[in-house]
Amino acid sequence: MARKLPAKDAVIVGLGWTGSILAHELTEAGLEVVAIERGPWRDTPTDFPPTSAQDELRYRIRHELFLRPSQTTFSFRNKMSETALPIRTWGAFMPPNGVGGGGVHWNAETWRFLPSDFVLKTHLTERYGASFLPPDMTIQDWGVTYDEIEPYYDRFEYLCGTSGTAGNLRGQIHEGGNPFEGPRSRPYPTPAQAQPFSHTLFGKAARELGYKPFPQPSGNLSQAYLNPLGIRLGPCTYCGFCEWFGCGNYSKASPQTTILPVLVRKPNFLARDNCEVTRINLDSSGKRATGVTYVDAGGEEWEQPGELVILSAYTIFNVQLLLLSGIGKPYDPVAGEGVIGRNFTHQTISDVTGFFDAAKFIFNPFIASGSIGMCIDEFNGDNFDHGPHGFVGGGYMGQVQTNGRPIETTPVPPGTPRWGAAWKSAVRENYLSAVKPGTGVHGSFYAYRDVYLDLDPTYKDRFGRPLVRMTIDFHDNELKQNAFLTDRFADIIQAMGAKQVMKEYRKGPYDITKYQTTHLCGGAVMGTDPKTSAINRYLQSWDVPNLFVMGASGFPQNAGYNPTGTLAALAFWSAEAIRSTYLKNPGPLVNA
Amino acid sequence: MRLHRRDLLASTAVLFGGITAHASIVSGALPWQPSAGTPPEPARPGPWLFFTNEEAAAIEAIADRIIPPDPQTPGGKDAGCAVFIDRQLAGPYGRQEGLYTAAPFHKGKKEQGPQSDAGPAEQYRKALAALDRYCRANRNNRAFADLSDAEKDDILAGLESSRIALEGTNGKEFFEAILKDVQQGFFADPLYGGNRDMVAWKMIGYPGARYDYRDWVSRHNERFPLPPVSIMGRPGWMPGKA
Ligand SMILES: Cc1cc2nc3c(=O)[nH]c(=O)nc-3n(C[C@H](O)[C@H](O)[C@H](O)COP(=O)(O)OP(=O)(O)OC[C@H]3O[C@@H](n4cnc5c(N)ncnc54)[C@H](O)[C@@H]3O)c2cc1C
Ligand code: SF4
Repeated sequence: MARKLPAKDAVIVGLGWTGSILAHELTEAGLEVVAIERGPWRDTPTDFPPTSAQDELRYRIRHELFLRPSQTTFSFRNKMSETALPIRTWGAFMPPNGVGGGGVHWNAETWRFLPSDFVLKTHLTERYGASFLPPDMTIQDWGVTYDEIEPYYDRFEYLCGTSGTAGNLRGQIHEGGNPFEGPRSRPYPTPAQAQPFSHTLFGKAARELGYKPFPQPSGNLSQAYLNPLGIRLGPCTYCGFCEWFGCGNYSKASPQTTILPVLVRKPNFLARDNCEVTRINLDSSGKRATGVTYVDAGGEEWEQPGELVILSAYTIFNVQLLLLSGIGKPYDPVAGEGVIGRNFTHQTISDVTGFFDAAKFIFNPFIASGSIGMCIDEFNGDNFDHGPHGFVGGGYMGQVQTNGRPIETTPVPPGTPRWGAAWKSAVRENYLSAVKPGTGVHGSFYAYRDVYLDLDPTYKDRFGRPLVRMTIDFHDNELKQNAFLTDRFADIIQAMGAKQVMKEYRKGPYDITKYQTTHLCGGAVMGTDPKTSAINRYLQSWDVPNLFVMGASGFPQNAGYNPTGTLAALAFWSAEAIRSTYLKNPGPLVNA
Repeated sequence: MRLHRRDLLASTAVLFGGITAHASIVSGALPWQPSAGTPPEPARPGPWLFFTNEEAAAIEAIADRIIPPDPQTPGGKDAGCAVFIDRQLAGPYGRQEGLYTAAPFHKGKKEQGPQSDAGPAEQYRKALAALDRYCRANRNNRAFADLSDAEKDDILAGLESSRIALEGTNGKEFFEAILKDVQQGFFADPLYGGNRDMVAWKMIGYPGARYDYRDWVSRHNERFPLPPVSIMGRPGWMPGKA
């Protein structure tokens, strides 16, 4: 039997980015808050000091900061007709684990989605007609607009100190920024980062081709910054150990560098680490959460009662806990009914590598940061006319090379043998003069009827519970999108002066061994109709109104950007609704 | 679903880098202490920890064909790639610690990723024995290490293309594993036993574990002048160490 702990006002499941934001906002409102985190506590000086953080084998190759599949994994198949097999070692994405969540080891590419992304179905139908969309595509509007959450994007960027150049200030387009972005109420809190050589050269080539390049918005700070909570961040040193790594310099925006030092001092806050929540408990009506059950690292089971439950465990773990707790109707792809597991999406990424004359170009690829880079947005969302192309969606693209770490980043020209003397000399000749963007083409992934999450019939986790099963494949729309974007991107790399350009289109079937991004989205999406969404526009469960679900699980489909800016903005927006309305009168914030 | 405490006790103790994690409560202040984490443990010199002498000879020979020595840079053997692999196979990597190893095992599509109940250590052991049997049967009873360079290359290329099959093990998978491991050992921090004297980093002009390039980010198209450093430092920094 689980031992019962004293009740709290709010129980937060997972202390990553959104859990930290909600913990801060709810403790500010005076609530007694406990956060329960599956992984260990993590601090800059303890866990990634600059004396040992820069270890490619340990962090990038052996995934030290990530969840161990032995603790929990998923099963995977491409098609509903296939048998799913377990993901035994991570590949296509890397689930976070530990305090700070993905915020510890993200790149900190801090984007906003386009205003049209939030009304995607309406927008595309109005512009191209309903028949332009593939029949099995299940995209929908979000139930919230860009203008409504703009103040919360601003909150997150000022929390982080994001470095960038504004392209649209209150409707005025500014040279040097992204002209396609939605209007922002203020400039970025800090100026854009300095750009290394290859990134600058990409910007120049893009401009010459008629595009409007701009520095990628970055949570690797261009200068020291004091955030609104009174926490100080240092300037990024372009160390090149950023994505997959913790930052030893306090220069990457993360819960550790922007929230936790203040949060942990509050008398009404408490965190429990190395404790995995196994279930959200419901009362006999099934319409009220009474708290959660968790198991600590020693194997003891505990019950933590609470008035309010915040599920902030990252996309796929949110869906896992909803399915295992019996909250919301599980999605049935055959009937097209149910919501938990529906509209699961990922990303459509491809790479282009450029090889340059070593006598003329020294790029020093090791001088970089997680969010460095010059990008263009001409081919994102609906920024271009899709009519002639026969697909929808798009993405940003850019020279966003984040590192020159040699296990990962020693590209050789096509046709080079994979080993032996010729390989060795090609590595030597090309290391300093090749351009290898991290996620060069960062494309959207729209939702389909047969891409979803449910529970696996065979494989179990260490508690004996079914694994979450992913059924996911690329559809023609995304592959066409990727072919078109990859060609445009390669044109720019060519125009930089490359002597050889290698294109790696994204091809089907979806491959669980090939890393794309850790931008899993959907499965418990937000919306206006409980038949097609799990949560309302304030991220409140339709079925259990004292449960709020944070994170990208709420995205009805994935746009051509990284998700964290948007999911953090939505977390602030939801927190505001809880504070200003829900706490005064607990109950549904939207009537179904 | 109810979880039974008896099952839990046996199944939930969690390992992080070999240290069992304990649940704790954090409140009032950040709990950090400097250097209290788990700094990396340098691979210790000395005898093989995993390989037999015969296996090690084969691995060193393979490492030297994957990365042959040349006048400027040592090959895989002298760079310590076999030591790297030995220490990795003797550790958590070899045992597939932390990976999902529950049955049933099915082959599946290649897009579904590796599905084997044997970890790298077991696979190396089997494959090296099979390679030895292959060489002795087909190359005049000689071990791999005793073949000519051309013969070695022919066998490696044969495994790579599946032209040569090994008995009781998948030769192509073995080739892919060793290719990856040799190259990782060559480029990883010398801490792990390969990349001896940072030879791989010197070869390509990579400055290693340096952490501050602010003075250099805007100096475009200039060769970075400083030599590499490892997480363990560099010879010049440590008096008394060559
Ligand atoms: C390598 C990498 C690079 C990335 N780069 C970028 C980028 O540049 N830009 C961007 O926008 N996004 C990036 N992301 C994604 C980003 O990290 C996530 O979008 C973000 O962290 C999500 O916030 P979250 O609060 O939803 O989840 P997280 O921050 O992941 O936090 C969830 C927490 O919940 C915990 N948890 C899970 N299950 C349980 C349970 N059952 N009980 C208790 N605790 C639990 C987890 O351990 C974790 O700490 C990157 C991700 C990775 C892995
Ligand atoms: S690149 Fe900058 S932000 Fe990233 S880890 Fe290094 S110093 Fe920190």
